[in-house]
Order: sequence, then C-alpha cells, then structure tokens
Amino acid sequence: MRFIWFNLMPWPDLPEDFREKYRSVWVDIPSALYDPVRGHEVYNTYLDQLEFAETVGYDGLGVNEHHANAYGLMPSPCLMAAALARRTSRAALVVLGSSIALYNPPIRVAEEFAMLDVISGGRLVAGFPVGTSMDTNYAYGRVPALLREQYAEAHELIRRAWAADEPFVFNGRYTKLRYANCWPKPVQKPHPPIFVPGGGSVETYDFCIENNYNYSYLSFFGFLRARRLMENYWQRVAELGADDSPYRATFAQIICVAETDAEAERLYGPHVSYFFNRCLHIFPGFVDAPGYRTIKTIQAEFLNQMARPNIGQAASLSWQELNERGYIVAGSPETVLQRMEELIKTLRVGNIICGIHVGDMPPEKTRHSSELFARKVMPHLKGIWKDYDDDARFWIHPLPQRAVPGPVAVEAAR
Amino acid sequence: MSARAYLLDVAGGRRKIRLFEAGEGRPLVFLHSAGGLTEDSPFLAALARRWHVFAPLLPGYGDSEGAESLRDMLDVTLHSFDVLDALGLDRPMLVGHSMGGMIAAEMAAIAPREVDSLALVAPAGLWLDDHPIPDLFSKLPHELPALLFHDPEFGERVMTAGGDLDDPKFLEAFIIRNTRQLAMASKLLFPIPDRGLAERLYRIRAKTVLIWGESDRVISPVYGDAFCRGIVGAEFVRIPAAGHMVIVEQPDAVVTVLSRLD
Repeated sequence: MRFIWFNLMPWPDLPEDFREKYRSVWVDIPSALYDPVRGHEVYNTYLDQLEFAETVGYDGLGVNEHHANAYGLMPSPCLMAAALARRTSRAALVVLGSSIALYNPPIRVAEEFAMLDVISGGRLVAGFPVGTSMDTNYAYGRVPALLREQYAEAHELIRRAWAADEPFVFNGRYTKLRYANCWPKPVQKPHPPIFVPGGGSVETYDFCIENNYNYSYLSFFGFLRARRLMENYWQRVAELGADDSPYRATFAQIICVAETDAEAERLYGPHVSYFFNRCLHIFPGFVDAPGYRTIKTIQAEFLNQMARPNIGQAASLSWQELNERGYIVAGSPETVLQRMEELIKTLRVGNIICGIHVGDMPPEKTRHSSELFARKVMPHLKGIWKDYDDDARFWIHPLPQRAVPGPVAVEAAR
Repeated sequence: MSARAYLLDVAGGRRKIRLFEAGEGRPLVFLHSAGGLTEDSPFLAALARRWHVFAPLLPGYGDSEGAESLRDMLDVTLHSFDVLDALGLDRPMLVGHSMGGMIAAEMAAIAPREVDSLALVAPAGLWLDDHPIPDLFSKLPHELPALLFHDPEFGERVMTAGGDLDDPKFLEAFIIRNTRQLAMASKLLFPIPDRGLAERLYRIRAKTVLIWGESDRVISPVYGDAFCRGIVGAEFVRIPAAGHMVIVEQPDAVVTVLSRLD
C-alpha cells in the first residue's frame, strides 16, 4: 500500500461572500482576487508541507495541473516537481499533469518529464491527464470534440520519443516533427510509471488496462460514490483478461485526523467548509463542454445511473453528512483507520492520494493531521496488499545511488 | 406540398446524411444553425411555398453520420459541396442561418464560380472585439431563450416544446442529441466562431443578401455591416421584432427578403 501526500494548492483568501459575488472559482474568476505578495508566502508554505510529508514517511508527493482556477494554483505542475526534486530525496514525485494534449508540440512533455526523472534520479511518476473541460476547453480553448484525438496523438509521440534512440519523423495530424528527438531521456526504463487520472470515461479504462497504466480516480465526492465507478473499472479489467493487482488503481480522498473525532471537527471543520463552499463553487456551464465526453461515456453513465453529482450540492452538507457519505474521512486515528481500510478494500486500490491539506487550512493544522495519519494510521494499512508487494510495474524505480544537492556556501578565501 | 425526408450517400458513401426536401421551383439549399433543424420547421414550410427546398443535416445532427471525418472549416465546406454534388444541384440558391451562414459564406468564398446567389441570415464567422459574441457553449439551458429570441417567453415555449426534462428517457435523448450536435458545431465555433472567413470574403461574387433580426443578442446586427464591407454589392436587411432566431420568429418576413434573389 502506498500513500501520496497531495495538495491542490488552493488560494486561501477567497472572500466569505464568494459564492454570492462570483459565479465560479474556475475559468472566469477575476485574477484581481489573487495577491502575488501573499502568493509568495502561500506557494512556499505549500512546498514546505510537501517536503515535510516526505520526512514523516509518505511514499509520494503529488502535484497536479489546473488553469484559471483559484483552488488549484499549479498551471505548471512540473515547476513544482522541479522544486521538490532538489529538497527531497526519497519520495516519488507524482506529477498528475501534464495535460499532454495542451502542449504544442507535445514533445515538450516528454522533455520536461525526462528532465524531472533525471534530476530526481528516477523518482518521477508521469501523469497523463486529458484534463478537465474547464482546463482544456474553456481555459485553454481546445475544441472539445477534437481533444481526445489530440491526446491520443500526443501520447503516441511521447512514448515514441522516450523509446527511440535516434531522431525520427513524426507525421501526426496535429503535430508534425521532421526531427523528433528527445534530449534528455528518462532514467526509468522503458519509461517512468504512468498514471492516468480518470473520471469514469469508459475509453480511459481500456486505455489504462491495455497499456498497464495506473488508473487514478480523482474525485471530491468520496469513496462511497466511487464504489460503482471502480466496480465498473475492475469488471473491465477482468473482461480484458488483465490481472487484478490493486496497484493498477489509485483513489484520492480528503482525510482529516485529530486526537478524537470531536477534535477533528473542531480543528478542520472550517477548512473543509471553505473547500466545499468556496473552492468547489463552479459554474455548471463550464463542467462539460459538448463533445468533451464521448457519447459512449454519456450512455454508460445513464445506463449505470451515474449521473454526475451536482458539484454544488456538497456545499450544503454538514460535517457529519460529509463524513458519513465519504466525502471526507475524518476523526480520530482509530476512526480514520477503520474507514480507510474499508475504502481501500472495497475500491481495491493500491495507492491513496491523501488530500490532507484542505481549503484554507493553516500550516500547523496541516502538519498535525499529516503527522497523525503517517504515524498512527498508515503503518496499519501498509500491509493490506502484501500479496502484491512484488508488483513493480506501477511504481518508481529510482537509481540506487542518487546525487545530493551540493553545498552552496563558498568557503572564505584563506 | 409535402416534405420528404430521406438518407443520402455523400462523397462516394463516406458519409450518410439526412435530407429534408419540399416544394418545387428553383432549387434552394438551406444550411441550418448550430441548434439543428427538424422536419416540421415552419421556416422550411415557408421556403417550400416558393422554392424547391433541400435542407441537409450536418453530420452529428439527427441521424446524419460521419462527423468524425469533419474536423475543421475546410472539411465542412467541402462536405457541403459534396452534398450539392450528391443531389445533382448546379448553383442552387444558397441560404444559411448562423453557423449555416458561416458555412454558406465559406462555400461562396472558396468556390466563387459555383455560388451565384447567397443569403446569409445572422451568419457566424466574423469576430469584432468591440462586439463579442457570447459563449453559447457554456450557457445553461434556461439562459438561452433570452439570448436567442426577441421575445424570450415565446422562445422558451419553442425550446421546451416536445418533452419533459424530468423524464429520464427524454433527458437522456435530449442530452445525447445536444452533445452530438454541439460537438460538431464546436469544430467551427469553439471557442471563438472565427476560422478566418474575414480574409476570404473578398472572393465572394454571388449576389448576396444579409438578413438580421434587429434585436439579435447573439450576433449583433453590427456584424451585418462588417459582412457588407467585405462582400462587394451585398444588401443588408434588418427585420424588426426578431432576435437571432429570426427564421423562427419572422419566417415570412425572411422569405420576403429572400425573394429579392429571384
């Protein structure tokens, strides 16, 4: 079992009346709400937290990609991973960007990921998201009906660029390179482990299973709702005749740990509320540009009664309701352990992306919750999938000997 | 005068499209907007009282197939010529509304010798920074009538006719139809309905009439002036008490203007 400490990097100063005054946290939120001086402190605090997570034992550090989004301040996740590569030494760098269809030419992603893998000595987990409709269509202007074709082509280019030892000609529909030639190449062979964030598209299941990519279900709606989606995924794994290693799958969960259940609510309640009320205040018109989802996926959702949750609905739920419905797993270490065990077993996931920093949570509370989870919960969960411990396909293979950052101080001249 | 609806093989069987045909007289081809077209459209009936109307549904609309092979403006423009070829039509009167107007204008610009009579009804295709066209793709259903119609209440009745969105079966069909249609339209209109037509307008030689609803809140009538500046000799007519859906709100007035092309 592996745990990835993850921070969306939300803007912590959205006004109290944000929902009333603005229609969306994403796409058309005025950037006047962003203060770069405060941002300097916020970014550095968030990076400190990721680095701290390594020291208390998390297996991976996660960053992701969003655009024009006040709850996800990482337009370039590779920049964050680059910063982490130098101040961390052991944990996997789980980069759940780059949205490979958004880069022109997409060989840029092959290059940046290779750089990260080399700098970190083989600690990169390469995420290949399609990207949300808000990010790809509305913020980045991609024609929804062509996005998946562009994604498929970008994927082919990146895989070939990593595999090739000589320059090659890439004659794609969207990218034409006479000299496709990736310098540097990744440390991990044949390529870093690839995670594909998915939200229930049937095509994504098959794509992951056929390529042995990790299927990462990133949802803010908790594990109870995810059950059906993951059941469909595992059913598809069986249909395609693949093995059922839990390391094929990752799930993201908001987790809040305190000494007692009551203390958890007292400490983290306001920040969870900030997240569901202000961060997830998304204009419904931006959620799904026509053509972003395939007809097959829409039909499957109707068939499985998987109609998307109204993103805003969680805003009205109480702490207790959020906890009961699995939007959050919160409470004492004992409570959280019991719930996480249930989650991991029912969804059959080998990796948990731990959303421990939530909304506008300040650094001391974030550390407290992260540390309690690492010391009092994680150790009891580590062995859940011990029968699969030798499945090395879905995780990093770092170099045995890795460089450490050299000293920066220059000795005084004698 | 009865409408015929049938499937037509286009481009040597590469695509199969739905066609509505009605009336008699001079052939007129009508290219529909992003919202699509139904067989019982009163505007089609009004056209058919005067002309021999052919109204093809673009792939992605109705049961027209082959949208996956149409990716950009040129693909759609050539496809539309393929439709004329499949129908055996030689220089029909070409009428297009909104997205259909954009396609018709592209056809007339790309092959000026093949289009000699052109009517553009509130066409898309140009962009003026001072008069931004709203992002229809992100609008919620209840926001649309006020944008599309001069009379929002009338528009709401038109748009919600024929089904109950609380009925899951109807909802599924509605969402799938809407997604197929707008996914196709997005290739021409998303995120900005400009695919370079302004650079090509000068090539149009057809006798051209531009028709706009006076209270068009989607594509402002100032775009009519911009089209007129680009197309030599174009005539511009504004129709009162009509919005972007001028063909629904004032079908007879539109037909009267079209008759100037006869």
